[in-house]
Amino acid sequence: MNPRFEDLLTPRPEGLYCPPGDFYIDPMRPVARALVTHGHADHARSGHGAVMASPQTLDIMAIRYGADFAGERQVGTGDPVEVNGVRVSFHPAGHVMGSCQIRLEHGGLRAVVSGDYSRVANPACAPFEPVPCDLFITEATFALPVFKHPRPSEEIAKLIASVRNFPDRPHLIGAYALGKAQRVIMLLREAGWDAPIYVHGALQRLCDYHIEQGVPLGDLRPATMDKAEAKGLRDAIVISPPSAFASPWVQRFVDPVIGFASGWMQIRARARQRGVELPLIISDHVDWPDLTGTIRELNPAEFWITHGRDDALMRWAELDQRRARPLHLVGYEDEPE
Amino acid sequence: MKRYAALLERLAFTPGRNAKLALLETYLRDAPDPDRGYALASLTGELDFAGAKPALLRALVSERVDVELFTMSYHYVGDLAETIALIWPGQGTTRDVPLCEVVETLNKASKSDTPRLIADWLDALDPSERLALLKLMTGGMRVGVSARLALTALANTGDVPLDDILELWAGFKPPYAQLFGWLAGGPKPEPTIKAPFRPVMLSTPQDLDGLRALDPGDYVAEWKWDGIRVQAAADGAEKRLYSRTGEDISAAFPDIVERMDFTGTLDGELIVRREGEVAPFGDLQKRLNRKTAGKALLKSHPAALRLYDVLLWEGADLRDLPFDDRRARLDAAVVTLDPYRFDASPLLPFETWDDLAALRGDPPSPVIEGVMLKRKNSVYSAGRPRGPWFKWKRDPMIVDAVLLYAQRGHGKRSGFYSDFTFGVWEGDRLVPVGKAYSGFTDEELKRLDKFVRQNTIERYGPVRSLSPDLVVEVAFEGLNRSTRHKSGIAMRFPRISRIRWDKPVAEADTLATLEAMLP
Repeated sequence: MNPRFEDLLTPRPEGLYCPPGDFYIDPMRPVARALVTHGHADHARSGHGAVMASPQTLDIMAIRYGADFAGERQVGTGDPVEVNGVRVSFHPAGHVMGSCQIRLEHGGLRAVVSGDYSRVANPACAPFEPVPCDLFITEATFALPVFKHPRPSEEIAKLIASVRNFPDRPHLIGAYALGKAQRVIMLLREAGWDAPIYVHGALQRLCDYHIEQGVPLGDLRPATMDKAEAKGLRDAIVISPPSAFASPWVQRFVDPVIGFASGWMQIRARARQRGVELPLIISDHVDWPDLTGTIRELNPAEFWITHGRDDALMRWAELDQRRARPLHLVGYEDEPE
Repeated sequence: MKRYAALLERLAFTPGRNAKLALLETYLRDAPDPDRGYALASLTGELDFAGAKPALLRALVSERVDVELFTMSYHYVGDLAETIALIWPGQGTTRDVPLCEVVETLNKASKSDTPRLIADWLDALDPSERLALLKLMTGGMRVGVSARLALTALANTGDVPLDDILELWAGFKPPYAQLFGWLAGGPKPEPTIKAPFRPVMLSTPQDLDGLRALDPGDYVAEWKWDGIRVQAAADGAEKRLYSRTGEDISAAFPDIVERMDFTGTLDGELIVRREGEVAPFGDLQKRLNRKTAGKALLKSHPAALRLYDVLLWEGADLRDLPFDDRRARLDAAVVTLDPYRFDASPLLPFETWDDLAALRGDPPSPVIEGVMLKRKNSVYSAGRPRGPWFKWKRDPMIVDAVLLYAQRGHGKRSGFYSDFTFGVWEGDRLVPVGKAYSGFTDEELKRLDKFVRQNTIERYGPVRSLSPDLVVEVAFEGLNRSTRHKSGIAMRFPRISRIRWDKPVAEADTLATLEAMLP
């Protein structure tokens, strides 16, 4: 283990800490100074003294937590700024709108904290930028060689085929509020689905924000209709947060097909556990080939694993003769999708 | 292969029967020949490939993937075929492999060719197709489609009665070009086998109030035996035993089949019988769902046929004769058969419905589940015509049990907790004894759903564990011993007959009460 990396970044109970810069990256607990990679709730929490993040991530945090989510906020961009002598810059991660990797440079060492990232094109955000570094810090959400996510267009084709096969049944698709919901809508639009798409109230504000940011989502209608209206819905697609499937909200729809858009849907047992009838393998994380491919492409002197399936990735590192270390950071959700 | 894989994947996640039918019909209509024929054969269990065993698949994958990574993945995925389909190097789709290529090549391939063939296909296919391939080769489709359901979909595509398909089915081999030709508007094929299945006549439920409107003099009565309804068809050397849905189960019952020394078609109840006594259904169950039967099992669980009816006999079709005449023919036929394997179900003497009610209330054997009534002039007509035949089942058994778990339903019950696991007391613990999905009204379902939401202890995906606060009356048709259930018993057709909002949980029944009900 190279002790110099330890001097630049080190895991603490609050999260990943940079001692010379005196800041945390994506801390799970309130801290004085936080750098935030993206707006998912397990990475972007409220109550920090100061937050630095991309402009869109700051907007998203304000939408989720209110304008006073932190004492102070500062925009992070691709142009490096000094934070207590550590040069800090933000680079696209391709995960969700506003998502960034954070590059740190100090004492001749370059580290990149990738947050969550994806190598698949996503119209809501700039593509992942490979940033040369000595230390790369990666997630390992889908770090098993069984995770090879199919092309999203193929998965959306399944949804459209299902609507054609069951024209009398509304299709309720579970998708997390930030990123996945809008992604599913955009994929539907790309596939030529021009009809109105109904969205659950919990998704509305983030959909509106995507539209404000210039991401066209087409004709969206609120899925808060009453029973009589819901009965009239036939060959309709409704997007909702997956948690809504456990609530009585679902009961207004007549004989719906329940779907779920997630990288986890690749594993049948996971789909069954959730009681899903139409699993759609749509992920905003790297799958195994993209994860290992990214590490090979960046070829850092060492890589660290924040959370997820680090055992398989450690085994791969051994086979590929790479230095790696699991951080076992606690607090990132098992299902951050 | 792509289309077939998509069908299997969708079926695997679709719980509803009608939705499954819709998916099957779309596939059977649109998929090309001969692929759709082979797909149908895979679902009806007509395909069998030697040499594609799990050990071979493991060996193939271990040549390509690090064993440690494979093991971690297998533990995570939990299914060997699925793990291999996903972990196999590459994303496939190098070329389109039609289903017929796989089936026809494997049918001709020697055992030594199989590994190379499988590897080449796995290279060419995408993960979803690979899984379909592996399931096809190992035979465990597990998509919740019975042969009958697949054939029902097939019948729907051509708008013909299912019975017409069932009569012809056993005579054709994959890929069933003639059948598909007929369903597309071509000529109806002639039956090609001897001793074909003839569609079975079924009864409708009845009770004493309903019977009072009828004249008892018009009917005969028999016991309703608790076995499985079968059809024994023989034509010289051709001997076949069919389930009532037309599935050929001859191989599992050689003890019956070898004694079918007749030419004709008989209808009866398959039972296990020892020294003249009919054994409980659980004993018969040990003989069901097997490809063959071993010597020891044949000896310990000897099968017999208790005959109800004769459809054809020595070249004559008797189905249009009245029941009385057929019964006389049956009695004459039975005396020519081995009495150890065949007897006729006795007719019950009765003059009034009250006489019959008394008999039904006190049957001579616990393996009787009620009485059957047949109009004396009824012809043997396939299906379930309303009227000529009635079943008047014994009253269901009943226990008071406590709701322990609830699971969300699908389709029309989406969003409602509608599938319930219930338990009874064993000492101061509640042990689960069964699951019920029905018996309550839509209004009651709403109240149950509300109860579940307000009394949840823990959530596991779509399942919630409940605080033990609600007693339900569970009605069921019988009990078997079961080593697969923790309680040691399995209920047949349990449903919730009443919700006891009023009853204290402490007054629910005990496991000892249930055990005392075992046959």
